[in-house]
Amino acid sequence: MSYILEGSTGPWEIVVGLEVHCQVISQSKLFSGASTKFGNDPNTNVSLVDAAMPGMLPVVNAECVRQAVKTGLGLKAKINKESVFARKNYFYADLPQGYQISQFDKPIVGEGTIILDMPDGSTKSVGIERLHLEQDAGKSMHDQDPKYSHIDLNRSGVALMEIVSMPDIRSPEEAGAYLTKLRAIVRYLGTCDGNMNEGSMRCDANVSVRRPGEGFGTRCEIKNVNSIRFVMQAIEIEAKRQIEVIEGGGEIQQETRLYDQRLGETRSMRSKEMAHDYRYFPDPDLLPLVFDDAFVSEIEKELPELPDEKKARFMRENGLSAYDAGVLVAEKEKADYYEVVAKGRDGKLAANWVITNLFGALNKAEVGIADSPVTAENLGKLIDLISNDTISGRIAKDVFEIMIETGGDPEKIVEEKGLKQITDTGAIETAIDEVIAANPDKVEEIRGGKDKMLGWFVGQVMKATGGKANPGMVNKLLRDKILS
Amino acid sequence: MTDLTKLTLAEARDGLAKGDYTSVELTEAHLKSMDAHRNLNAYITETPEKAMEMAKASDAKRAKGSAGKMEGLPIAVKDLFCTEGVQTTAASHILEGFKPEYESTVTSNLFGNGAVMLGKANLDEFAMGSSNTSSYYGNVVNPWKDKSGKDLVPGGSSGGSAAAVAANMALAATGTDTGGSIRQPASYCGIVGLKPTYGRCSRWGIVAFASSLDQAGPMTKTVRDAAIMLGSMAGHDAKDSTSAPIAVPDFEAALTDDIRGMKIGIPKEYRVDGMPEEISKLWDDGVAMLRDAGAEVVDVTLPHTKYALGTYYIVAPAEASSNLARYDGLRYGQRVMDEGDSLDDMYMKSRAAGFGKEVQRRIMIGTYVLSAGYYDAYYNKALKVRRRIYQDFEGAFGQVDAILTPTAPSAAFAIGENEGDPVKMYLNDVFTVPASLAGLPGLSVPTGLSAEGLPLGLQLIGKPFDEETVLRVGGVLEGAANFTAKPAGQEG
Repeated sequence: MSYILEGSTGPWEIVVGLEVHCQVISQSKLFSGASTKFGNDPNTNVSLVDAAMPGMLPVVNAECVRQAVKTGLGLKAKINKESVFARKNYFYADLPQGYQISQFDKPIVGEGTIILDMPDGSTKSVGIERLHLEQDAGKSMHDQDPKYSHIDLNRSGVALMEIVSMPDIRSPEEAGAYLTKLRAIVRYLGTCDGNMNEGSMRCDANVSVRRPGEGFGTRCEIKNVNSIRFVMQAIEIEAKRQIEVIEGGGEIQQETRLYDQRLGETRSMRSKEMAHDYRYFPDPDLLPLVFDDAFVSEIEKELPELPDEKKARFMRENGLSAYDAGVLVAEKEKADYYEVVAKGRDGKLAANWVITNLFGALNKAEVGIADSPVTAENLGKLIDLISNDTISGRIAKDVFEIMIETGGDPEKIVEEKGLKQITDTGAIETAIDEVIAANPDKVEEIRGGKDKMLGWFVGQVMKATGGKANPGMVNKLLRDKILS
Repeated sequence: MTDLTKLTLAEARDGLAKGDYTSVELTEAHLKSMDAHRNLNAYITETPEKAMEMAKASDAKRAKGSAGKMEGLPIAVKDLFCTEGVQTTAASHILEGFKPEYESTVTSNLFGNGAVMLGKANLDEFAMGSSNTSSYYGNVVNPWKDKSGKDLVPGGSSGGSAAAVAANMALAATGTDTGGSIRQPASYCGIVGLKPTYGRCSRWGIVAFASSLDQAGPMTKTVRDAAIMLGSMAGHDAKDSTSAPIAVPDFEAALTDDIRGMKIGIPKEYRVDGMPEEISKLWDDGVAMLRDAGAEVVDVTLPHTKYALGTYYIVAPAEASSNLARYDGLRYGQRVMDEGDSLDDMYMKSRAAGFGKEVQRRIMIGTYVLSAGYYDAYYNKALKVRRRIYQDFEGAFGQVDAILTPTAPSAAFAIGENEGDPVKMYLNDVFTVPASLAGLPGLSVPTGLSAEGLPLGLQLIGKPFDEETVLRVGGVLEGAANFTAKPAGQEG
């Protein structure tokens, strides 16, 4: 379903392109040997290069290049075997060189694609325009002193991948799905940890509105939004603002805006006239970045199975629905968990347990999969106990509750609590005989043709056995005794 | 006892090896000469204590039987090289008082080979200039005088290095060359200056002017000295991505004095309109010397030469405008700000007070040529022309082994001359800039005197990483020219 905003003069469609900055996972910075460790004391991860001391020169970190290529491959994108680092010139206190080393007209990665998994199980393809490598800036802190700003250069020079989408996104939900999928891909690849709250993934959103079917409108760029939820909110709020401006007879000015999540509004930050002239030019301190096919194919060999491939495999091999498979592959840890549970077992049953029971319980407890009290091995054992008739499905739910609380082994729980299913015919017969003896009138009703009453007897017998009797056997024995 | 300051680097090296004198004695003699010539203002910072310390350590090292290629030889270091613990200014007010915590690769190589540092030589501010008059620390005076006896420029930007060597205030000096900053002052001061191939010496730790052009090189009394010193400066450095991963040959071994059968190119485009007769004659004399030595002289064409200067004055300022952005008053050097000033105020005040006029002019030119709407017309076009200039040389080197040209269009001029006319000042680089743009090695050798009695140099340009041929031909030229003139007071 297409997403349409109703204005006072008719329907509006929104057009969104996202620019996502992903901090590259690497030991050291893009052009220096300084550590990239997060959370160290201010200005301790700073080399002479990062502080832009006179005469210092950048040397590209091959690991960051590998990570960018790997990400490009994960985005099914064109890898440019020759790319060029360019200087983006502007003055700011947290930019010691007075320029950011980035890539301009020759990025390391060209066009690619991301497949979005929408909540209704459908998919949508969004184009990637490019991925380029660049240096992060330092951090300005304006709340440390009443008169001065403080600068922390720990982040200065850390490698970022800027991943730019085509303007293919048409709703806040799609934007959310895009970020979720991109995050999943970089996490699967191990090229970025995707933690938006730590700033290792940051998003700028280009938003415009148009009448359905018409050409693109003027866009505004919302800078530096730091959660998926806020990106979705900001897009909707900005689109509504633009509609209001246009319908009020105004025009959208191309500008940079900030999203204030507290006030739920976007605010102008910098107009087009005030925009910087970055004076990009090839960085003469660095040679063009050139590598060969062998370099790329080495990296290709290291590629893990990515979410889309995993999803397809789950559907093909385990018979899962697109929706279930999509939920499971959204996070690599979830997919890994599921695979352990499903190994050698009924894949669909495993998916049900993982998605409905486990994820349900984890969500309720606000706990991530990594901290699940129930291990995948134990959940698998629980499913085995059902499959081999040791316990019934109903008892299994009780056992699962205990596992969530205690993290215990289901076999031990069943053992200790005496929850083993009764499959001994004699014991079940005894229970049946007692129920029949106590209810001769109801027996007659069944014999008179009221078949439905049989279910009542099953219930009584189960109650009498504490739920432990095998329901199939109870059913069969009851039929035999009453109807034959 | 002979005046130790009049020795060549090679002579001093051999004398030290024979035990004729010690590094301490050599160093003391040069420190004394520095005292005597302070009026030339060749040094921004003299480091006599460090020099004596290094000399003593060198003598001790030699006594133990180990000596490097530059062991015990006192030299001047252009104040563009960062030297650990020693003020490094780039002749700019903005870096006054800056003491690096690191040693540039080139000086580190030299010191590792035993060289002794006498001090930091004066230069044009950020190496931008051809007269050494843009230094915040005052202009350098050329030890040579014309017949009127007035003070002359030493050339630039490595003017302090050139004057120090010419006035025997150092056995040799490091220079850097971006568009002629080693070769032109060498010519003006009657010494030898070699700009190696781009990538031959590491740029790490040298205050950057124009990264794609900057190259360190030796400034010496003889061609042999240049060969010795380059061998100590050069080498691949993983810290400089543009440094060439190739081995350093034995440059001194290339000085065979045998150039028989070698082909020397004479580019007709260098015979520019209005070239002074004495420069023309100097060049013709040089051609004759090489021919007499058995070389074949061949006419070559470098058709894009006339665009070189214009190209250079786009590329170099563009890179400089970006390279100098880091001097912002924040982390080191001068900061000028008043109570309540914004960050932008601080930038503007610090940079306005910290940079001299020529530096400001080039930052503005560079900013302009890179700005939106002008990039293609200027910078991008300049890169294309630069490529053509390189191809011109490539074509010529298909026919010849080296190219001979004058180093500069004139002899040293009076201090203050050309100051009001930047374009006229830039013309000093007209013969040196093409080789810079092409990244080729260029050697200036003094071969004659002007009518005013001032030294004039010829330039030899070689193939990439073929400093050996350039030095070999230079050695022959030096021998044939037998240039023995010295500035007044320095006669041997």
